[in-house]
Order: sequence, then C-alpha cells, then structure tokens
Amino acid sequence: MSDARGLSSWLTTTDHKRIGLLYFWTALAFFLIGGIEALFIRVQLAQPNGHLVSAETFNQLFTMHGTTMIFLALMPLSSAFFNYIIPLQIGARDVAFPRLNAFSYWVFLLGGLLLNASWLVGPLFHAGMLNVAPDGGWFGYANLTERQFSPGPNIDFWQLGLQTLGISSLAAGFNFIVTILNLRAPGMTMMRLPVFTWMTLVTQFIIITAFPVITVALVFLMFDRLFGTHFYLTSAGGTPILWQHLFWLFGHPEVYILILPAMGVVSEVLPTFARKPLFGYPVVVYSGILIGLMGWGVWSHHMFSVGLGPIADSAFAATSMLIAIPTGVKIFNWVGTLWGGDIRGTTALHFAVGFVAMFTIGGLSGVSHASPPADLQQTDTYYVVAHFHYVLFGGTVLGLFAGIYYWWPKMTGRLLSESLGKWHFWLQFVGMNLAFFPMHFIGLLGMPRRVYTYAPELGVGGLNLASTVGAFLIAVSILVFLLNVWHSARHGRAAPNDPWGGATLEWSIPSPPPAYNFSVIPTVTSRLPRWKTEHHEAMRDPPATPPAPIHMPGGSWWPLVAACGLPVMALSVLTHTLWLVFAGAAILIFGIYRWAFEPFEV
Amino acid sequence: MTHAAVTHHTSMGLDNRKMAFWAFIGSECLLFTSLISTYLVYKGKSVVGPYPPEILNIPFTSVSTFDLLMSSLMMVLALAAVQRGDMKWGKIWLFSTALLGLVFLGGQVLEFTEFVHKGLTISTNLFGCTFFVLTGTHGAHVAVGVLWLLTLWVRALQGKLGPANAMTVEITGLYWHFVDVVWIVIFTVVYLIQ
Repeated sequence: MSDARGLSSWLTTTDHKRIGLLYFWTALAFFLIGGIEALFIRVQLAQPNGHLVSAETFNQLFTMHGTTMIFLALMPLSSAFFNYIIPLQIGARDVAFPRLNAFSYWVFLLGGLLLNASWLVGPLFHAGMLNVAPDGGWFGYANLTERQFSPGPNIDFWQLGLQTLGISSLAAGFNFIVTILNLRAPGMTMMRLPVFTWMTLVTQFIIITAFPVITVALVFLMFDRLFGTHFYLTSAGGTPILWQHLFWLFGHPEVYILILPAMGVVSEVLPTFARKPLFGYPVVVYSGILIGLMGWGVWSHHMFSVGLGPIADSAFAATSMLIAIPTGVKIFNWVGTLWGGDIRGTTALHFAVGFVAMFTIGGLSGVSHASPPADLQQTDTYYVVAHFHYVLFGGTVLGLFAGIYYWWPKMTGRLLSESLGKWHFWLQFVGMNLAFFPMHFIGLLGMPRRVYTYAPELGVGGLNLASTVGAFLIAVSILVFLLNVWHSARHGRAAPNDPWGGATLEWSIPSPPPAYNFSVIPTVTSRLPRWKTEHHEAMRDPPATPPAPIHMPGGSWWPLVAACGLPVMALSVLTHTLWLVFAGAAILIFGIYRWAFEPFEV
Repeated sequence: MTHAAVTHHTSMGLDNRKMAFWAFIGSECLLFTSLISTYLVYKGKSVVGPYPPEILNIPFTSVSTFDLLMSSLMMVLALAAVQRGDMKWGKIWLFSTALLGLVFLGGQVLEFTEFVHKGLTISTNLFGCTFFVLTGTHGAHVAVGVLWLLTLWVRALQGKLGPANAMTVEITGLYWHFVDVVWIVIFTVVYLIQ
C-alpha cells in the first residue's frame, strides 16, 4: 500500500487498496448502525404490546434497517473486496480509472451520511421530533410515499440518498467492468479468471443495467413530490403499480447484486481449504452468468398479490422456479469441491460452509414463494422476513465474513485469531438460526410484517422472544469479531505472503501489498497459477523488490470535490432552495473539469 | 490509424475509456427505455387535456430532428479531421456540431414555452408528466454534449487538442451519436406514432 501518511493522503488517495479499506471500515460502521436498528426492532417485538418505541419510530427503524443493510453495509462490503482483491487477482497495478474509483467511494460515504443525517435533523424541519428518518419501507411503495401521505422530509431523505448511492454504484460498475476485461495479466484468459472476479463482473453488469431503472423510478417520485406530477397518482389516471414494476425491475436484480459476490468469495475459500480445484469451474461461471440474465425475468413474483392476472402470474412463477436451477447447481459444485478434499477447518471455511447450508434453506423457502397460491398466504408475513434473512444474512453476511477471515491477512498484514474466529462463527450461526428460523412459524401463524406490535392472543409471543434472543446472540458474535479485530491490530502475528496456500495471484505478493502490487507483472499459464497440478508447475512468485522503478499515479483532490456537489444538490431538494442546486452543480462541474485537465499518468 | 493515440496495452485491445463509454451507453439505454416505456404505458391515459394531437407540432420538430441528424454528420467530419491532423477543419466541425446542438436546444425551449402557453405544464396531466420528463432528460443530455463539445473546441483553439487526442474526440462522438439515436426513437414514439 502507498507509504504516504496523514489525513490528506487518505482524502486524495487513488490507490485501490486504500479505497478498499475505506469501503471496508465505512461499511462496517454502517453495518453496526443497521444492526443496532435491528436490535431496537427485536426488543420492541420481544413480547406482545411492546412499547419501547412509537409506531412512527418503528416505521423509521425497519425502513432504515433494510435500506442501511442493503445499500450501506452489504453492497459496500462487497465493494471493499472488489477494490482490494480484484486488481490483485487479475495481476494489475490498480483499477482502470483510479480517480473514478475514489469518486465512487466519496459519493457512497456522502450518500450514507445524508441518509443517516435524517435520524438527527428533525428540529431543522420543525418536525416536532428528533428523527425524521425514511419510514416507507426499503421498497418505498407509492402512493404511500407521495406528498399527500408522507408530507415530511423523511421520504426525500430516502429518495435523495438512494439516487446518490446509485451514482456511486454506477461509476464503480463501469470502472470494474473495464478493469476486469482490460487489465488482466498476460495469459489470464477469461476462463482462467478466479471465480470471485467472475462473479464481480456479472454483478457489475447487473448494477449498470438495474440502477438506471430505479433512478428513473426515484426521479418520478421526486417530481411527484416536488413539482406536482402524477406518475403514481390514480387521481390523474396514473397507477402506483408503475412504481412496483420499476422498483422490482431493479429490486430483484439487486438481490443478485447482493448474493453473487458472496458466492464468488465462497468459491475461492472452499477450494483453498479443501486443497482441491473448484468442482466444475465452467459450470459455476456459466450458472453465475445465467443467474445474472434470468434475474431480469422474475420481478413480478414480488407482485403476485397485486393481481396481474393468471398469465402474468404463471409466467413469473415459471421463471422464478427456473432460476432456482443455476443456483442449485452451484450448491452441488460447492459440495462437490469439499467432497474428498483435504479439509482444513479454518474460520473462513466454517463461514463458507455455513453459507452453503444457510443459503440452501433460504433458497428452499424462496422457491415456495414462486408458487402464486402459496405466495398469497405468505406475502407481507414474517415468513418472507425469514426467507430473505436466510438469504441475505445466512447467505451474504456469512459469505462476506468468510471473505473477511480469508483476506484479512492480505488486507492488513496481520492474522486474526482463529479461536476467537470460531467463537464468532458459532455464536453467529446459532444466533441467526434462533433469530430467523422461528420467523417462518411466526409468519405462517399469521403475524404480518412491519407491524410495531401485536396482541397476546396471536400466540406468537414465545417465538418472538426466541427470535429476539437470537438477535442478541448475533450482536454478541459481532462484538467477538470486533474484539478479534482489536486483538489482531494489537497482538496479531504478522501475515506471510500466503498464510493459506492459496492458488490465486493475490497470495504471490506481500501482505499488505506494496503500492505497485506486483514487482513484475506475472504471466499466467493456468487457472490455479500458484498450485502444481497434473498439467502445470506452480508459478514463481514475483521478486521481493522490483527490478526497475515503478511509476504509480499520485493522489487527487478532485474526485472528493466533485462528489461534494451531490449532497449540496440534495440539500436543495430537502430545503426547497433553488440556488443550492446551481451551487451543487457548479461544484460538481468544477471538480470534473479540474479532474479532467490535471496531469495524472496512469 | 497512423497517428496512433497514446494507448496502453489492454487485454481486449480496446481503449479503457472507450470500453467504459460503451458500458455507460448500455446503462443509458436502460435509463431511456424506462422513460420511454413509462410514456407508452401512460399513453392515452390522461383524464384531462391538452392531448398530444392538439399540441404536438410535427413540422417544427421535424426541422429540429433534421438539425440534430446534421449535427451527427458534423461530428463525423470533426473526428475525421482531428484524426488526419487537420485541426483547422477540426475546429470548424467541432464548433458546428455544438452550434447545431444549441439550435436543437433552442428549438426545445421554444417548444416547451409554447406548450406551457397552450396550457400543458409538467403537472397538467399524464401526457405532460411523461412528455416533459422524457424529452427534458434527453435535452439535458444534449446540453451536456454541447458543453463537452465546446470544451474540446476551446482546447483546440488553445492548441491543446490534436491528433493525439483523437480518442477523446471519438468518445465524444460516441456520446453525441447515442444521444442523437435516442432522439430518433423519441421522435418516432412520441411525435410520429400518435
């Protein structure tokens, strides 16, 4: 990593490794905030007639919990790995557009701060309470979100935050597509790419196609709220169903944006600790591509209860069942990789195996939603909450923790404690099952989602209490993880280049890598360059010192300056102050011009 | 290309910026598809007038469309001139492209003003909402393109744009032609097929 020190070296950095670390710590902070919101929700629901928070605050809590976890915790945690690991895995010195990469990070940070500022700025809007956080659910259904039903600034924070975050994701999407396609080391053909890199590529294609759709949906909502248009208003002949279509056209691909990177991580971790190549590499890659494509044809299964008619319902039921096939294929590939392997039970492997098991449960309950008659019973109940927490927590979070334990030594230069790691894993594994498994029954017994309390007669008090205990077990497991992080920073053993015997290029260089990554760009001759196989010798790692000086681009202030224009424009919408939008645009344009014309040799 | 621009070696043999731009254009396609689909879904659903046949001026917009098509021709000529190192014509064609873009924007301003005078604002009916947001988004894209072209033109006047920057001009052209193609679709869907 770059040797420069001081605050300005971080504010101006264009080093993909530093930006990866910025993404990691920021996403972790938002993950903790989202987790605390979840604990509030669980305490409120621990017993019937709970009264910890008001109904109004409860709406804000579940909206911000979902929005934060999806857009501010899980997507950017994946981005942390995209940033840090992808250039290392493909044998590159940085991403294709280092300054655009910095811009993506700053826009993400500012968008996240904008969203979360809504917790504290109620008095500025004369709201009569401290918190004016978004309260329309993470899906923000119109026409609840229209001015008529949501007059406060809550929904404006939400739509502006998401528009800002979308810009960050889109910029990163273009950057990583070009990086992966164009910056591969000699010999690194597409079918030699590590599976994590492949899944990242598919994810980026989904991002650049799905985010424009939600941007349009949000712009319509913003215009409805600001300028009196009627995009989602029935009074003028419009329909709120338009929002649902646009939102889920984005929203379903979004769930694959969340899960594919974790699938990629697991496809790296399992082979390393089974000492076996991934079973059926091409099938895993093609299944990932197929998931990315089919993810576009299933959105209306979120809308079965709308009543779109038997033909639409049948078609979307069929596609939703079909998409389980490439996903199921991958499960068999992972099991096949472990089968007969020389297994080392590291913490990373625990999380990866946990991912496979938990994701399978979430997948199975997911297929049950694909049947419209069954879905009509499940929709808007806790059964759905159980399903997507098995997929997003049991799947994405466990998968990303597998990545954290696997790549931590590479990213920080220190090892994490394996014994604390095992404590973390088992607490989290037991905690998540205790928290989320009872929700299947809570839902089937008739408890709706998004209600701030329930009557004792419903008979779900005991199950809810169990779920709350599980949520606190998860919280304890996260504290153990933070303890492990602290312990690693203070007392952790220095990591060698390759603590695990990994097959991919990132393990051939020091931990953490020098600013230039590879002293000599490697030439790749096989899919597992660092392993000796029947057909290939293991590669020679690059020398410790570069044979010739390597020029790396310096930092730049302009991505940060340009990014600052966006929240100023958002402020204009929040406060209905016209001149601010011009001020924000001026900052953005000024930043972009300075950026375009500064000398910056990549 | 004889005066090869300074390009780094890339795995696909395609310039990084150009590839990023193709990805960007792919993304923009989804943006305009969402806008145009919404227009089509809400077509004929307005409960109050003015309705499209009462207000759309096809002869006027045909001239605007022709103007924008000609600007694409200017763009092609500008790129060809820059590539062969003929910066005198490069400057002329770059400026002409931007000028025709400005004429198009002027036409849009006139059209919008006239519509408002005839009682169609963005909040009048569904036609107003979908029409202004769709064509307004396109107009914003043209405005960005004009700003970009004028920047290149100023750089050329300063002598800072030459054959070595042909790739920059080519990418500007990609954007400009894309915006032009989107207009062909909008003109067809909104104006011609009523």
